Amino acid sequence: MSTTTVVRPSIWSRLPLVRQLAQSVGWQRGMLVAGLVIIVVFLLTAALAPILAPYRFDQLRDANGTFGAQLPPGGAHLLGTTVGGYDVLSRVIWGAQTAVLVIVVAVILSIFAGVLLGLVSGYFGGWLDRVLVVICDAIYAFPSLLLAIVMSIVLSGGKSSLSFGILAAAISITVVFIPQYFRVIRSETVRIKAEAFVESAKVIGASNARVMFRHVLRNSTRTLPLILTLNASEAILTLAGLGFLGFGIEPTSAAEWGFDLNKSISDVAAGIWWTSIFPGTAIVLVVLGITLVGESLNDLADPRLRTRHRAIASSATPTEVDELEEAL
Amino acid sequence: MSSLAKGQEALEIDDLNVTFATDGGDVRAVEGVSLSVRSGEVLAIVGESGSGKTVTAKTILGLLPETATTSGVVLIGNDNVIEIPHSRLREIRGTGAAMVFQEPSTALNPVYTVGWQIAEGLRAHGRYSKAEARAKAIDIMTRVGIPDAEHRVDYYPHQFSGGQKQRIVIAMALVLDPEIIVADEPTTALDVTVQAEILDLLRRCRDEFNTAIVLITHNMGVVADLADRVAVMYQGRVVEEADAVSLFHHPEHDYTKRLLAAVPFIGAGTTRTRERAAERAAGTAGEPLVVAEDLVIEYPGRLGRGGFRAVDGVSFHIGAREVLGLVGESGSGKTTIGRTIGGLTKVTGGSLRVLGQEMLGVHEKDFRPLRHDIGFVFQDPATSFNPLLTIAECVAEPLIVHGKAQDAAAARSRVDELLEAVQLPHSYGDRYPHELSGGQRQRASLARAIALQPKLLIADEPTSALDVSVQAKVLELFAELQREFGFAALFISHDLAVVDLLADRIAVLFKGRLVEEGTGEEVLVAPKHPYTQRLLASLPVPDPILQAKRREDLRRLRASELADTGTDG
Repeated sequence: MSTTTVVRPSIWSRLPLVRQLAQSVGWQRGMLVAGLVIIVVFLLTAALAPILAPYRFDQLRDANGTFGAQLPPGGAHLLGTTVGGYDVLSRVIWGAQTAVLVIVVAVILSIFAGVLLGLVSGYFGGWLDRVLVVICDAIYAFPSLLLAIVMSIVLSGGKSSLSFGILAAAISITVVFIPQYFRVIRSETVRIKAEAFVESAKVIGASNARVMFRHVLRNSTRTLPLILTLNASEAILTLAGLGFLGFGIEPTSAAEWGFDLNKSISDVAAGIWWTSIFPGTAIVLVVLGITLVGESLNDLADPRLRTRHRAIASSATPTEVDELEEAL
Repeated sequence: MSSLAKGQEALEIDDLNVTFATDGGDVRAVEGVSLSVRSGEVLAIVGESGSGKTVTAKTILGLLPETATTSGVVLIGNDNVIEIPHSRLREIRGTGAAMVFQEPSTALNPVYTVGWQIAEGLRAHGRYSKAEARAKAIDIMTRVGIPDAEHRVDYYPHQFSGGQKQRIVIAMALVLDPEIIVADEPTTALDVTVQAEILDLLRRCRDEFNTAIVLITHNMGVVADLADRVAVMYQGRVVEEADAVSLFHHPEHDYTKRLLAAVPFIGAGTTRTRERAAERAAGTAGEPLVVAEDLVIEYPGRLGRGGFRAVDGVSFHIGAREVLGLVGESGSGKTTIGRTIGGLTKVTGGSLRVLGQEMLGVHEKDFRPLRHDIGFVFQDPATSFNPLLTIAECVAEPLIVHGKAQDAAAARSRVDELLEAVQLPHSYGDRYPHELSGGQRQRASLARAIALQPKLLIADEPTSALDVSVQAKVLELFAELQREFGFAALFISHDLAVVDLLADRIAVLFKGRLVEEGTGEEVLVAPKHPYTQRLLASLPVPDPILQAKRREDLRRLRASELADTGTDG
């Protein structure tokens, strides 16, 4: 029996995403890198919005007086102005901030509730499990946007300030997402519950709570990063949909891409393209970036889908390496 | 019938190299392997897991995944399998070389009838009308020994037993008259009594169909029973090649010698058992730790259907410091009994007292304090450890749960002692389970089971997932620990030879009933029940000449049993 110590990679290289990045090759790496670049640009834009944006999101005038409505791109307004007289570039940049906030709040709210419910439901089973599954299926049956609209009306009467607007959007998205986390964690829990290491914890005499949190929970969160990214992109789409339908955030409270799109409907027929193209592109890019990362994570997590470098027929075996070192 | 004359070369492998791309860098699975098989001959490739035997077999049919890079020559007829285009490879598969897989239940598609699946192979290689294909399927099923083939050709795979499913898989391979059949561990998933029948069938394939057979196995008994020539593989290379008789009687290579020495055989444990019995008699006899009386265990059925009775009226007892070996085939209820004593399955009827606690209708709350005195070793070391905890944390779990230590760090010194007791270096405690080999993991599993110095240890097939040389070491360790710590044990296994090595008394289970119980000498040397006799006779021994004699005995035994049932009916 050999007593050689295992060389463990550094903590940095074991972090999620970093590890996958190192693992990927070929077009899978291309997808992952492209997605990561888009997400990093998106996050930086959100964080540096006050510096990057030439104006504030609710600014209608500067030292020279009002901007004027529907100005074409160029001059003081690189991407023109909207029908309401806002600067399009500034609105697009500030919109990133709103989007990030909604994603973070929605994901945090839904992930904790969903994971906990899924764990309890899958582990104990019985009538509790059946009731929760039925409720989740019922929520699935609802069109998610309709549910989001109802929630937003219930929470804030339809329109409100930045914090309430974001919370309304986030909670309405949360309600739709909890069943997804619930379903995934529940099915993983049911699978892992039957594994020998859970039984071995039981025969030791470990309590249910200990088995659940120490042995089952950590092993069932494997697919969470994937759902997380897919849900993040869906959160943006739901927020944009709410804004587009007029249940979003007031333009004076925060910049919101969906709202701007809604206001630009009449412009499209009049040949004013810049008010709709830029917020629309922002939505598409962010959703694309997050989805690319999610899909690559999915492929990389599955050894059957993961592509690898082809082995070189004459590649070094341990003995050959030793010989090489000696020769050198 | 094979198109080749008997003795003609059917397969030639020359300087085969296979390299895999993995996450941990490139791995050389096969290095410079050269072999040949003639028609009407069985070549066995023997080796432990990771020796490259299965990779070699898969290369013959071009079944390697895309991550593999292959060089060398694999000649079937005039085709070099490694270089020919895909379309030609498809033609060769089935007609040139066919494969028999390890697990018959997954090799068959559950949604099609077996007749359809046999015909599928025919349709891939020629034009057959429905009636012709069906007639051919019935014919081949009859020839592999499926009774009433005219009707059963329309059955689905789940309507057959495991052994019959393997017969059908072999029929699928035979129907196109291939020159070579590659059988990858064809009997590993089967019980020994069924294994003997499948080996008989493969022997008939060789003699009647004149097929060349490449048999991949780790079981030396199977090799002795069937093989004409044997190639021993070790770490990707062929270390020894010889005809079966001389390999078993005069092994040349050190590895072959070690491999043969590690195979357990019946009768090895008799002297040891006597010694232990004498020791125990000197000590205190004491109360038995486990007493079962008319024990009945049922698994609940679906709505409207009765439950399945896994254990039916079984009585036995385990005294202090005593090892009871529980032997039986799959479905005999042996694992269920072990799980019930461990409190994982509920008792339906009768009585089972474990450490003085009646298990019929017991609540987990009352049983939990007793778990302190029960250790459990599971069958598959790969799944019985939480993959996210280190070995030290896993071994420390029982100590933490029972309040012997605050956390894994505080338990570390005790864990190190335990690792030492199972002959694992301390540094292994910091590794994760997947970084250990199967044998090392099973040692760690033993360490975890004895962490609280239990009075009773339940070992559920602890070595059946291990290679034979590793198995020998783990069994030795088990015996040593048992002597040192003096726990009583229930040792569950399907392998009579393994049980013989360790157990003081042996109980034989058959379809949920206890058919025979006694010391190793009583049960293994002079078995009374016909099932035990058949079980013993089916167990192949690693000696081709002796095995040929035993095969005849088994045939006579089966014939007399058939005659008995014939007169009964």
